[in-house]
Amino acid sequence: MTIARLIASTALTLGLAGGALAQEQSIIVQSTTSTANSGLYDYLLPIYTGESGITVNVVAVGTGQAIKNAENCDGDLLLVHAKPSEEKFVAAGFGTERTDLMYNDFVIVGPESDPAGVTGMDDVEAALTKISEAGALFASRGDDSGTHKKEVALWKAAGVDPTAASGDWYRETGSGMGATLNAGIGMGAYVMTDRATWISFKNKQDYAVEVEGDENLFNQYGVIPVNPEKCPSVKIDAAQDFADWLLSDEGQKVIADYTVDGQQLFFPNAPKN
Amino acid sequence: MQNIGEAFHLALSLVLSGEADLYEIVGLSLQVSLSATVLACAIGLPIGALIAVSRFRGRGLVLIVMNALMGLPPVVVGLLVYLYLSRSGPLGFLGLLYTPGAMIFAQTILIVPIVAALSRQVLEDLHAEYAEQFRSLCLTRWQSITTLLWDGRYALLTVGLAGFGRAVAEVGAVIMVGGNIDHLTRVMTTAIALETSKGDLPLALALGIILLVLALGVNAGVQTLRMTAARQAHV
Repeated sequence: MTIARLIASTALTLGLAGGALAQEQSIIVQSTTSTANSGLYDYLLPIYTGESGITVNVVAVGTGQAIKNAENCDGDLLLVHAKPSEEKFVAAGFGTERTDLMYNDFVIVGPESDPAGVTGMDDVEAALTKISEAGALFASRGDDSGTHKKEVALWKAAGVDPTAASGDWYRETGSGMGATLNAGIGMGAYVMTDRATWISFKNKQDYAVEVEGDENLFNQYGVIPVNPEKCPSVKIDAAQDFADWLLSDEGQKVIADYTVDGQQLFFPNAPKN
Repeated sequence: MQNIGEAFHLALSLVLSGEADLYEIVGLSLQVSLSATVLACAIGLPIGALIAVSRFRGRGLVLIVMNALMGLPPVVVGLLVYLYLSRSGPLGFLGLLYTPGAMIFAQTILIVPIVAALSRQVLEDLHAEYAEQFRSLCLTRWQSITTLLWDGRYALLTVGLAGFGRAVAEVGAVIMVGGNIDHLTRVMTTAIALETSKGDLPLALALGIILLVLALGVNAGVQTLRMTAARQAHV
């Protein structure tokens, strides 16, 4: 009899899990890991939900996977940072419109010993060239994320093909930003990371920001509602409401107000309307 | 190594502080994995029992496949279930992706082979003992199966625990079909993965310690149940 009851309660759980979502307003945001790992959503979402009554569920994966998931209609809103891929997503009809939301920048962090001698450099291409010439370890995301795409573009601009040394000094972890930082720090490698993840990262050991300030390290985030014409299941009204709020003066102010250790992590730059 | 001492301290203070978030995550872990275990037993035990009492052509092959499936990689199960439950997949209309239901679904698939294969072994051994008696009583196959399942119930509890252990410990499947959404689909293992990626190793380790204690508690509970029941049966 207990087994029958357990099965019944399991069936109930399954049913409730499906039903609860339908009742209250909730949307799924396919998002990059940096915005989630840095704690921005923990700060921002309660404010939005308190005002709108809309629950925002965040699935934090790399930009590549987030876009793929949204193309499969498994999200209502996309919040990522790889402009060319985002524009392709909209051009293919998967998104209604892409809008600049906020920015921060990428930095290269490295160990105190600084084997390639790049500390203090503000020319990222020169720094990457130096790292490759020294054959110093460099840990790459290698996961088709926004950060990875940016890093690949920077190597290309520097005229270096690091994948030729893949497994040697160039280590592709195939994981998220935090996991790559953990791995890179573990092996004493340089890592390119977005500044937000770095500031809020807690396992820094003797690592510090060594290359920063190049305008090529600019990191733009964009927001795109998923197109209901491609995906009829999309809750476009709620998704649009959240996007509009993020882009509004109020949402932009909330983004600017978020700090970790007194440092602002994201700089709002939505177009004024 | 100082992380470990810090983690034990943190684990204890987390539990004692009665933080609602922690209990929510622990509760969901238990709910998902216990539900999956119950479903997997409901499916796997009859399969195991049926194969234990049956002799047919290709049985050896079935056993090999069933035993091999015990090693299903969680991440592959997660990927397959994602493809099925995705809005663009065949079961997308259910709207189950990124819900606890999807996680139960994935874990059930993961552990049905474990329950079926292990219970087949347990019941086959028992059947060897009982075979002559069954024949003399002229039991039908159905009667043999129910008798075996009932008489082997204590051994089968361990089979269920093996399935539960696998379910509650895996991260690859639940993170893909659940999405690790805060207050909705975050369980112990995905929370540990998240805190590790934030570089908060002491907190990740503390959650790991709590997960271990949780598994210990479930096993101790079942063991007590089993011993009490066995004692009563002998009185």
